[in-house]
Amino acid sequence: MSLWDYANPRKFMETSAKVLPLIWTLAGLCLTIGLIWGFFFTPDDYKQGSTVRIIYLHVPAAMMAINAWVMMLVASLIWLIRRHHVSALAARAAAPAGMVFTLIALATGAFWGQPMWGTWWEWDPRLTAFLILFLFYIGYIAFWQAIEDPDTAADLTGILCLVGSVFAVLSRYAVNFWNQGLHQGASLSLDKQENVSDVFWYPLLVCIAGFVLLFFALVLTRTRTEIRMRRIRALEARERLV
Amino acid sequence: MIPDLGKYAFAVLASYGSGLGLLIALVVATVLRGRKVRHRLEAIEKRQGRTNG
Repeated sequence: MSLWDYANPRKFMETSAKVLPLIWTLAGLCLTIGLIWGFFFTPDDYKQGSTVRIIYLHVPAAMMAINAWVMMLVASLIWLIRRHHVSALAARAAAPAGMVFTLIALATGAFWGQPMWGTWWEWDPRLTAFLILFLFYIGYIAFWQAIEDPDTAADLTGILCLVGSVFAVLSRYAVNFWNQGLHQGASLSLDKQENVSDVFWYPLLVCIAGFVLLFFALVLTRTRTEIRMRRIRALEARERLV
Repeated sequence: MIPDLGKYAFAVLASYGSGLGLLIALVVATVLRGRKVRHRLEAIEKRQGRTNG
């Protein structure tokens, strides 16, 4: 069984119908457990006080904002190189989820920044890169809406996705590239010495798992909808010919 | 039940309110659009006497 078998819409619909209930359930469970654990059962941070609780939404949302764009990039490249329609539709399906995750990261960051930095917004490298990424998401979605021919839309949005990837990378590494601005470096690291304390780390891991699963559930569900829309257009076109 | 959030209560509650609100809106919009499109396809296939794969 090859991965490319899922490029067949029929195979994709069959397999996704089987796994989706499990992914939705796991996503709901992880998010409920992680957010309740983080909000109600973790202590205040010695520096940031109760605002540390914002980490359970802000960090997973920011991670998934970038990862969603990376997934769109991979799917777009598959479309541009191998012309598999399901991959183009999956990229399209991921964009609204990525846009909402970016918006959550920006909004929670502003609410967190105001008491900690004394400002809602600063033209800091990471914040600015995230804002540009958000604008790229809006442009990407608008591009799909604006172009009537789906193959042309997939081609052009695929190229836009390649260009936007620069800002997805900058959103992640801006703090390292320009050692300036208000935003701190990475809160999470494989190096245990650099990580947040375990009392915050474990609920955060559960929340990250919840966001990843939610993203998969949303992308699969929305891709199924896009495949159906494509079939509707084909059937309606055939009706018009008869 | 709600922990004492002290002087940062607004920042924390606003973050959770906006974050969860956006997530719920995204999930509801996704599910409702999926349902609407599925029904539309079923109606067309019924009209044309076809079955969906």
